[in-house]
Amino acid sequence: MKRAVFLAPLGLLLLLLLAFAMGLGRDPKELPSALVGQPLPAFALDALEPGSAPLASAALAKDGEPKLINVFASWCTSCRAEHGKLVQLAAEGVPIYGIDWKDEPAAGRAYLAERSNPFRAVGSDPSGRAGVELGVTGTPETFLIDGKGVVRMRHAGPIDEQVWQTKLGPMLEQLRAEARA
Amino acid sequence: MGAEIGHFALILALLLAIAQAGFGALGHRRLDPALMAAANVSAIAQAGFVALAFGLLMQAFAVHDFSVALVASHSHSLQPFAYRLAATWGNHEGSMLLWVLILSGFSAMVAAGGKTMRPGFHSLVVAVLGLLAIAFLAFLLFTSNPFARLFPAPLEGSELNPLLQDPGLVFHPPLLYVGYVGFSVAFAFATAALIEGRVDAAWARWVRPWILAAWVALTLGITLGSFWAYYELGWGGWWFWDPVENAALLPWLLGTALLHSALVLEKRGALISWTILLAILTFSMSMVGTFLVRSGVLTSVHAFAVDPERGIFILMLIAVSTGGALALFGWRAPTMRSGAMFSAISRESALTLNNLFLMAATLVVFLGTFWPLVIDLVTGNKISVGPPYYNRIFAPMMIPFLALVPFGPMLRWKSDEWRAVASRLKAPLLLAGLVLLAAAAASFATFGWRGLGAALGFALAVWLVAGSFALLLRRWRSESGLSARLVRTTPLSTWGMVAGHAGIGVMVAGITAMAVFATSEVVALAPGENASISGRTVTLQSAGVVQGPNYQALQARFLIEHNGKPRTLVSERRLYPASGNTTTEAGIAASISGITYIAIGDETNGRLAVHLYRHPLVGWIWVGALIVAFGGALALADRRFRAGLPAISAAPRVALPA
Repeated sequence: MKRAVFLAPLGLLLLLLLAFAMGLGRDPKELPSALVGQPLPAFALDALEPGSAPLASAALAKDGEPKLINVFASWCTSCRAEHGKLVQLAAEGVPIYGIDWKDEPAAGRAYLAERSNPFRAVGSDPSGRAGVELGVTGTPETFLIDGKGVVRMRHAGPIDEQVWQTKLGPMLEQLRAEARA
Repeated sequence: MGAEIGHFALILALLLAIAQAGFGALGHRRLDPALMAAANVSAIAQAGFVALAFGLLMQAFAVHDFSVALVASHSHSLQPFAYRLAATWGNHEGSMLLWVLILSGFSAMVAAGGKTMRPGFHSLVVAVLGLLAIAFLAFLLFTSNPFARLFPAPLEGSELNPLLQDPGLVFHPPLLYVGYVGFSVAFAFATAALIEGRVDAAWARWVRPWILAAWVALTLGITLGSFWAYYELGWGGWWFWDPVENAALLPWLLGTALLHSALVLEKRGALISWTILLAILTFSMSMVGTFLVRSGVLTSVHAFAVDPERGIFILMLIAVSTGGALALFGWRAPTMRSGAMFSAISRESALTLNNLFLMAATLVVFLGTFWPLVIDLVTGNKISVGPPYYNRIFAPMMIPFLALVPFGPMLRWKSDEWRAVASRLKAPLLLAGLVLLAAAAASFATFGWRGLGAALGFALAVWLVAGSFALLLRRWRSESGLSARLVRTTPLSTWGMVAGHAGIGVMVAGITAMAVFATSEVVALAPGENASISGRTVTLQSAGVVQGPNYQALQARFLIEHNGKPRTLVSERRLYPASGNTTTEAGIAASISGITYIAIGDETNGRLAVHLYRHPLVGWIWVGALIVAFGGALALADRRFRAGLPAISAAPRVALPA
């Protein structure tokens, strides 16, 4: 019995190493996509800027335009990394909507005010409630919604040039083609 | 030529490490002084060759030898000289070479300084350090050769990440590594003790200075890193719970626990196997932390290039070293002498409680860092935990822990009376209570519950500082009042302990003020316009583009006025054309009451986006951490403490009390 206690650290180490070894072979950014193909879950969020229009999933689903929904937070370091790319995309005419997740609204406002704001509308989700509906597991996370309000792609982690060129960009083109057809 | 010589020096160092391990083990077995001396000489020569390799790599950086692949990818000809040198360790291969350099340096110091130790045991410690050196030199040579050539050599190199081109970052990695690698000595001592099956107070006396030295360096390294992140990243915070920060915090927490448990072992012969286990875990956590964030298992903004081959090598390295040590632990520790007993109220149990809290804190940070990986493996879900997790769990756990700190040194060894302890701490308790009431009364009206939180934090800070000094006063008081003789004979290690604990109090004051009273404001200003924050008027005087040696900067000048006193401040955003990176050089006006911090953003329609922060007492966080480290250094300078260290005759002996 006593020996078992003393051997416990070794056992834990072996388990941990096993986990690390399995983790090595994985791409930490590749995500399962339970929501893909499903309609956007219902949520209605207050606007981050007081006085602006609230962000409701029903409104997002209706307008027939494919769009990105980006989940961010002011405390999230990777969000800062991707912010420049979002601003650039917004300038190119890509519709992006934002959800400020598990964040103090004041901090979120300051975060956006300091950089330029790439979002058409930003909902504030301080409790993370909408995040639960969306299955958000961390920030940044981006959902690509088609014109009928169906989630078509989900990307976890920052969007950089490569992700945009190989993943999200082509999908947006495809959705736009579908919307025209 | 230099690169080839450097590579060859590393190969020789590897061979010498093998000799060090072999001679050391044989020397231990046969107790043959010649073999032991051979092991020591191998260790010292090995350090010499690694230093030669490191010097040659630095030289390649200094003279822009772009035919060395590493130089070509991390050094640009316009980069200032100091940052060309710092680029030596601003990349994976170079930082690994630095790691090996420090390891062999420590190993040589242990080899040279074993005069007071039992020869057989000393030889075994040198052998274990030789094994570690073999592993890391092999990792360096086989997966991360810093001297690989590039053919044809490019005319210009690409640049060191501009974020790293900063004075803070010149010293931050070496200090951090001295901390990480310094714990390898404790690891070697623990492993050697397990092999011998013998641990005693002498063991603890030999190993404690090494633990303390590593811990001081790690404390300084983390402090510098935190300060760097504060002023360079432009996010206006001092800790972000990033995986890389956690990687440094984990061994620090364990090392702090080890520091305290080794004290119990030395003074009372208790907590034997626990201390051994902590020594193994602390260095293992240094390895896990440093390497896993670089191997692609975890994603982090700090991570160097991802390479699965290196990852596998690292895992094998950890499996063999930590796994081997823990297997030895499982085999030998149960049969070792169990420690002396102590009662529930005693200094031993206070230090045990300290260890339990620190272990729990380690677990919280460890889970926060690695849980996302585990969840991913088990359920396929990707999660990330941000500051909300740590704020909710880590902070509430630290408060009772820190509140207990002043009790420890006030308790007697073996057994004590609860009431007697309380009466020894009467004055600081009273003082902290008064601060609590006064601060609560003053701040509840304005800040509500947050004000109460602040009152609690400041009372805790006062309690930590006053409680630590109460120990000194108690020591100094004789029947005829304060005795100058008693002040003079107070050992440096006592001063060090008091400074260490009081420094935490200073940190707590800073952290509390930051958590409750920090304010920030985002404004768009045209030159001549002003904004105000926390009673300060900030005027944008001018904004324009300036040219640096290897960057262009948008530079803004501000005038800050507070109570009629003006002060100017410069804030920059730099663009480094060679890599296309931008950095923030925030403008900082610091005083003892806090920091006014200005970061600038983009300019639109002639107006500059300006982020103003007022961070009351934030500097106290780093000053407190420096006091903690200084306390450690004081204790290290205590002559009685240095028994196990090599004779560092350069240390100021005259200053020591007799």
